[in-house]
This record gives sequence, structure tokens and C-alpha cells, in this order.
Amino acid sequence: MALIEEIDYGTKLVQIGKTVTLTIDGQTACVPEGTSILRAATEIGTQIPKLCATDMVSAFGSCRLCLVEIEGRAGTPASCTTPVAEGMVVHTQSERLARLRRGVMELYISDHPLDCLTCSANGNCELQTMAGAVGLREVRYGMDGANHLQARKDVSNPYFQFDPAKCILCSRCVRACEEVQGTFALTIAGRGFASVVSPGMEEEFLSSECVSCGACVQACPTATLMEKSVLDMGQPEHSVVTTCAYCGVGCAFKAEMRGENVVRMVPFKDGKANHGHSCVKGRFAWGYATHRDRALKPMLREKTSDPWREVSWEEAIAYAATEFKRIQAQYGKGAIGGISSSRCTNEEAYLVQKMVRAAFGNNNTDTCARVCHSPTGYALSSTFGTSAGTQDFDSVELCDVILVVGANPTDAHPVFASRMKKRLREGAKLIVIDPRRIDLVRMPHVEASVHLALQPGTNAAVLDAIAHVIVTEHLSDEAFVRERCEVDSYMRWALFVAEERNSPEAVEKISGVPAGLIRQAARLYATGGNAAIYYGLGVTEHSQGSTTVMALANLAMATGNIGREGVGVNPLRGQNNVQGSCDMGSFPHELPGYRHISNLAVRQSFEADWGVTLDHEPGLRIPNMIDCALEGSFKGIYIQGEDIAQSDPDWQHITAGLSAMECVVVQDLFLNETAKYAHVFLPGSTFLEKDGTFTNAERRIQRVRKVMTPKGGYQDWEVTQLLSQAMGHAMHYNHPSEIMDEIARLTPAFAGVSYEKLDKLGSVQWPCNEAMPEGTPVMHVPGFVRGKGRFFVTEYVPTDERTGLRFPLLLTTGRILTQYNVGTQTRRTSNVDWHSEDLLEVHPNDAEHRGIKDGAWVRLESRSGATTLRTMITERVAPGVVYTTFHHPETMANVVTTDYSDWATDCPEYKVTAVQISPAGGSAGTLNAGRMLEKQLRSEQA
Amino acid sequence: MTRVEYGPKLVHLANQIGKFFAHQPKPEAVANIADHLRKFWDPRMRAQMLEYLEQGGSGLEELPKMAVEQIADEAVKK
Repeated sequence: MALIEEIDYGTKLVQIGKTVTLTIDGQTACVPEGTSILRAATEIGTQIPKLCATDMVSAFGSCRLCLVEIEGRAGTPASCTTPVAEGMVVHTQSERLARLRRGVMELYISDHPLDCLTCSANGNCELQTMAGAVGLREVRYGMDGANHLQARKDVSNPYFQFDPAKCILCSRCVRACEEVQGTFALTIAGRGFASVVSPGMEEEFLSSECVSCGACVQACPTATLMEKSVLDMGQPEHSVVTTCAYCGVGCAFKAEMRGENVVRMVPFKDGKANHGHSCVKGRFAWGYATHRDRALKPMLREKTSDPWREVSWEEAIAYAATEFKRIQAQYGKGAIGGISSSRCTNEEAYLVQKMVRAAFGNNNTDTCARVCHSPTGYALSSTFGTSAGTQDFDSVELCDVILVVGANPTDAHPVFASRMKKRLREGAKLIVIDPRRIDLVRMPHVEASVHLALQPGTNAAVLDAIAHVIVTEHLSDEAFVRERCEVDSYMRWALFVAEERNSPEAVEKISGVPAGLIRQAARLYATGGNAAIYYGLGVTEHSQGSTTVMALANLAMATGNIGREGVGVNPLRGQNNVQGSCDMGSFPHELPGYRHISNLAVRQSFEADWGVTLDHEPGLRIPNMIDCALEGSFKGIYIQGEDIAQSDPDWQHITAGLSAMECVVVQDLFLNETAKYAHVFLPGSTFLEKDGTFTNAERRIQRVRKVMTPKGGYQDWEVTQLLSQAMGHAMHYNHPSEIMDEIARLTPAFAGVSYEKLDKLGSVQWPCNEAMPEGTPVMHVPGFVRGKGRFFVTEYVPTDERTGLRFPLLLTTGRILTQYNVGTQTRRTSNVDWHSEDLLEVHPNDAEHRGIKDGAWVRLESRSGATTLRTMITERVAPGVVYTTFHHPETMANVVTTDYSDWATDCPEYKVTAVQISPAGGSAGTLNAGRMLEKQLRSEQA
Repeated sequence: MTRVEYGPKLVHLANQIGKFFAHQPKPEAVANIADHLRKFWDPRMRAQMLEYLEQGGSGLEELPKMAVEQIADEAVKK
């Protein structure tokens, strides 16, 4: 294995335009019109020296190294900023060019520390390489003049350092921050000799607006911006392309290694989801994989009050299987079940549901998508015919109007958010529907045309009001509806939304959104050109989650904004493999490929392949499992990679359910909150320790590749296989590719998927079959998967969770950029430097009424329970609304959230909880004080 | 949660389902609610719902009640 070297073409790819033919050093080059000479030369294998040019940003023309001569033109223009022309004859090497380039390099080197042998970039420094390329042999100016060699390093960022002594002021970092990330945190401060790269207003990186995406580090041609891991470990010696295990964007990375140690994760330019970009989590927050908290030995205890006892894998698996069999013998076949994880691979999710159906003999299989996007599956399947987003991420580049509903992409899906921001900077219009003023509402070079700051819980009402405007103002695309949709369902829906009670004026009273803004949003969405919907858990995690997704689908169909590029309905999936875990038949009512368990023909195909008889009835969902545990009919559970005691709502209910079970088996990286209620602990493996595939939010299946030996001994799929065998159902897979072959054999949408194809193409988007052998970027192009699109009446039904005198505020929850989900991974990285605790955002009015000051501890109480956390007083939230994240277990946000859930899918209503807050006078005496203490003790021990 | 406590929770879930289909003509709504319960509820949940209905079905709204009765009728016929 060697390092994967990606070619830097110097300037961006020009994809359209007529072909231009030119001659470069006697060779013919044919490239699209608008391509730079630098890129054209690189494409035919001719290297022109360069420093300020890189193909991730626009050409700048400052370093004067890429000068060329062009026959018939005067001077020596920069090849990065000079476009090709038909018949052009270019010379990249001449005595004059060599002299000029050496002169430029001399100037650079005269103010550069000559410490190459001890420099962290040694062997991977463009300045060093260019000095060699131009034949620099001396620096006539000496090193004694004014210089920057003693400039102070900025080591404030936990992941990279900034050493201005090594900076050549090429501005690649500044341009990457602007063009790739879209944060505009960097600038060149000062003038002339005093010029320096500056984060924010000459602040340190850590305290500046920098979001640590790593684009600047990646762009830097020297050791100026360098990963601290490279400083510590040295340059990597080989790399492997794999897929990030954080959010649903699914960024491809090169894991750059020294032996089995990760040196750094570098975003892969050929990654179709991220095109070489990354965020602070994927790029830097992988240290959890080797964190001292990893639990690496199987453990047992007969009672949860007993201490854990380390045992062999054989003993742990045998105990779990024996207990599960005993429980089934005593309480019935349906008394056990399993939960798979959206953090695990497709192959692992597939095996968990297979084990439950084939070895446990029931359909009590569920996945953590239950608590996030299960309404997406139900609603998009009902309206369009398949349970997935309609577009690829590239589609955003053709949007004219972007409707973001209940999502916070700059925090939760930052790499896609950068693409979205780029399109907005190009002129697309933005509508935001969110109770909270998320960053996209107003940030550098981005401002929403309309922000509908609705009351939590009123999504359906507001979307119905938008539909009311579209229908009553005759803004529907009737031709599209007639041709592509069930006209009867449209008529029924149109009559419903046209009713006065759905008018913006009526809905204003419910939602608090001024009617004029709703009308403005509706007109813009319906008439602004290509309009695309992007939504998140602010849509799904409601008692009307499924209804609201249907309402979004109705809008897209009614306006013809579906079935081509630049439009569509796009769920932004929270975890890396939410889409995949759902595709793999993890839900209790359906087999892989979203086919209901009652479908005889489908069931028979699995029965024939697996050699078992399958139960034709749906099994229990996660909340049902907990209910039935308390009711007495559910006694054992296998949980792979999920922490339901921290992530699922109504903590007291969940933990009571777990406590009522007789055998809880937890397979995880860490002894998580759920493990406190477990009898068997099986060590899990990180994405770096396994082979498999993840499927991102755009249905893109990508390889996960093992770069180190599993620290606990097994990859997760191997553990499930061992348990299945112990339960009596044989599994003999040698490699996850064999599992994928079985998935392809049994699942029509995956029929054309294989590891061989993924290795060849890099990724494919399902459906991938005989008709679409290389996958399907945009769905429903010729027609909907279900035939005709179906409209549903989406009556607004207020949640049963109501505010009142005792609980007058509404709590809603979300994520922050640097943390992920319940923080199991990111809390064990330096990302805590940005977010070490969950804060409660409170509007100044609400704070003042209660005598609460910024940063004060408050007691947050609901009907379900109470917790304590510190406040951040901000106008980001409206009066009457409070907001927190749920990344830290000691916050125990799920102590407060209720067990109300979506009517169709039981997805919990995390986004609406009636609460009261009051000053707590410090963290002592709170319900979670014990946990805080425990954390502190752990920290001190470490 | 005892069986006694579980009944009202199932009633709440069933009533929520009923509200989504409430705008439909009654026979269609009842059929769709019953279909939803068949497709997405574990048999033991349906059985407990039937048991709860036999005990009076307190709190169960009209449409979901009719849907549960439809499922009960089918169970008898089987």
C-alpha cells in the first residue's frame, strides 16, 4: 500500500463549453472553453510550477511561478488565470521562464526558515518541491534582512497550528475558507511586509469564527497550517479511502496512516458526496477510536447490581444465547428482540435483522432511525412510493429556491451546508421554517428571503397555509399534476387546503407567523424557479412528523418541483447510515428494500434463501419493546451500537423498561448509559476497524474500509454472526462483500450493487439494477416509483403536549456543529474545547421574568422529569421557546422529553416539550448532580 | 407499566392514528385505521387493544373503536 496521491490540476474543472484545441510544449491538448492553461497542461501531464494555484479554489494569479510564454502574445502571463484559446501555442519551459521562476523562489525562500529536515511538511511541502522544480541553488539576498522568522505560532486550535513564519501569503487558506467552506473567517490583515493571515479580527483560531473544517489546512502548500497529529507522528506512509462515520452527508476520506495508526483524515477529492471538503468532526474528531474509555473485553454479570466480570468471547456469546433461549422458552418466542444502529454498516444492520427474524424467530427488530427519520420512510413511501430522498447533493447547484424546514445544516450537515451556501451566494433564494433563528437565516453573504419562526409543533399548519396560498392563488403546476399524480387525491387535497381555516391569516393565530410572510414564502416557493426542500428532525420528531413530511411532498408535487435536478424533497439524515439501516429491513414491519413482511412472495424469497420460516406479522418497535418490557411480555434485547438510555425520550420510562428485562446485551465502543442496565457487554468496533458500506442521505452507497485491527477482536458483523450461530441459525460469511451479495440477490433496488462495482465506480446511488446499472442520482424522473404521485390531506392536529400555567414554555432540541448525537464519540475528542456542556437557550424576556442571568444554572422541568443546566440568553429563540442540545449525558435532556410520538411511526416528539425554568442556584441539589460528580471523578482519575 | 396502564397508552396511539384518517368518509377511514394497526402493530398490541375494548374501551374514539371492532370481527371469523 502507498499514499494515494491526488492530482492537483491547479484550477477548477470547467464542465461545459465547446472543446478548444491548443498546443502545449508541442503536445496537443483538447479541453472545454474557459479552462486555464495551467489545468490544460496538467491534464496532458505537463507540470507547470505553481504555488498559489490549487484546484479547490478559483485562480488568483499571485505567486508568479506558473508563468508561460504564448506565441504571438507579449509577456509571460500566469497560466492559472489565462484561459485557453483555439490554436494557442504555449511554452512552459524556456530560459526566460526559468530565470523568472528562480527569482520568485529566491524571494520566497529569503523569508522562510530553512529547517526542511525538521519541518513537519518535509516530503510533502509544495514550496520545497517547487524550489527543486525551478532549480533554486542559492538565495542571493541572504537571510539577514527583515523577515517573519520569529513570528508567534498560534497553537490555540486543538487540531492544527498556524505558524506564520512559514507562510508565503498565497491566500489559498483565505480563499478556501471563503469559497469551499463559506465561513469567511480568514483574511489577510495588514499591508505589504506586514501582511499576515488572520482569523477574524486578528484573533486566535480557537476564539475566532473559524469552524475548523480543515479546508485551510488542506489548501496550505507549506507547513504554515499543519495538523498537530502530523507534527506529533510525522508524515503518513500509506492511505486508504473510506467513508466518514458521522452525519448523513457521507464524506469520503483518505485515512492517512503510519502502520495501523491514523495520522490524519483528509477529505477525498473524488468523493461524490463531499468533493474534497470536510467538517471539524470527520476531519479531526476521530480520536475516540483509540480513547482510553474504549471497552475492549467482553463482560458479564448476572444482575445489574453486580460488578462487571471480564470473560472470553466464547463465554459472553454462550451466556447471551443461553439466556435468550431460556427467556423464549419461559415467556414465548416474541419475548426477545434486537436493535441495530445507524452508525453501523449496511451489512451489520442487515445481519441484525436477519438474526432476529431467522434466529430469534420473530420480527422484533428495530433501529435508531425509529427516533429520527422513521416518518420520512412512512410518508415518502406513501406519497412517492419509496422511502428516500429524491436528489443527489449536486442537485443543489441547480436550485433557484431552497426551502429549509426544521433543519440546521450548518451545524448538523456542514459539508452539504457549504454547497448550499455557495448556491445561495450565487443568487438562489432561501426560505427558512424554524422556531429558532438558525445561522442560515443571516450569516456572511447569506440571508434568508423569508424566515417563518413558527411555534414548535405547528409545522403542519404552516405548510397547509403555504399550500392554501398556492392553490387559491392558482400557483399549482396543473399540467404536472394531471400527468404525474393521482388527480382525485389532488382534488381532495386542494379542496382541503383551500378551506379558510388553512389560510395564512387563520394559521397566524396558531403558529405565530405573520400571514404576510407565509404568503411571501408560498409565492417564492411556487414561482421562483427550481425549488428544493431540505428538511431535518425539526420536521420528523413531532407527533405529526409523518403528516408534515407528507405536507412537504404535497407541496413538491403541486408545484411540479420533483422529478428533475434542482428540485425535490430531501431529508437530511442525522447519522451516517440512517438511510442504509432503513434500507436493510431494520424496521419490524418490513424486509430489506421496504417490502412488508406480510407480502407472501417477498417473504418466500427470504425463506428460501435463509432456510427458515418467517413470521408474517410485524414485530415490536423500540418504544413498544420498552412498553412490553414493563407490561411483562418482553424480556431480552440485543442492542448494537445504540444508547437508548441516553437518546430515547422519557428516560425514566426507558430505564424502567431496561431494568425490567432479564437479559440486556449491549454491543458498543464504550460502556454507555444503556450498558448500566446490561447483563452482557460485547465490545464494538469503530468504522476504522471494519469493512462494509454506508448509504448516505442521497442514497449513495460507499465503501467503509478497515485500516486497523479491531481492538476488541471482532468486527461488529462478526459478533452478530457468532450470536446467531449460538442461537442456532448458522451464518458463515467470510467477508462483508458476501453479505452485500446476499442483499443484492434478495433486494431489487440493490440488485446491481457489489463491492467490485463500488471499488470501480467509487459509489452508486440506489436503485442500482439492470435498468440503472450505475445507480440513480435523481429519483422519480420518468414517473413516481408508485406510479402516480399521491396527495394526502394533512390536517393540523395540535400535539397533546400543551403549555399551561405550570409549564408555560416550549422546549425544543437540536445539535451543535462540534458535537454529534449523544456525544459518545465527539465528547471523547478535543471537540469539547468548543462545547463542553449543553446550554439552554432562553429569550431575554423569559429570562428577565424569572430573574435568570446569562450563564446561570437553571432547573428545567417538564411533566416527565427535571434536569439542570446552564443558560445562554439569546434572541435566537422566540419568547416562550427554549432550546438545548443533547450531547452530554449529565444534561439528561431526555429526562425532560415526553414519550409522545408520531402517530404513524412512534418517532418521539423531541421537538415539543412543555417546560418551566427556574433559577437553580448552582448545580448542587439537582437531579443530575450525581452524574456531574461521577464525570468529574472519572476525569480526575484519568 | 402494568397491563392496566398499557391499555390507555394504546388508546392514545390508536386515537392519534384515527385523527389522521378522520377527514375520510367513515368506511374508508375505518378500513385505513384497521389496515394501519394490522401493518404496524405487533399482534400482542392488537390483542391487548381487543382485550381493552372488551372491557369497555374507555377513551377510544369512534373511528379507531370501529377499526378495532373490525379487527375483532376478523379474529372471530378466523
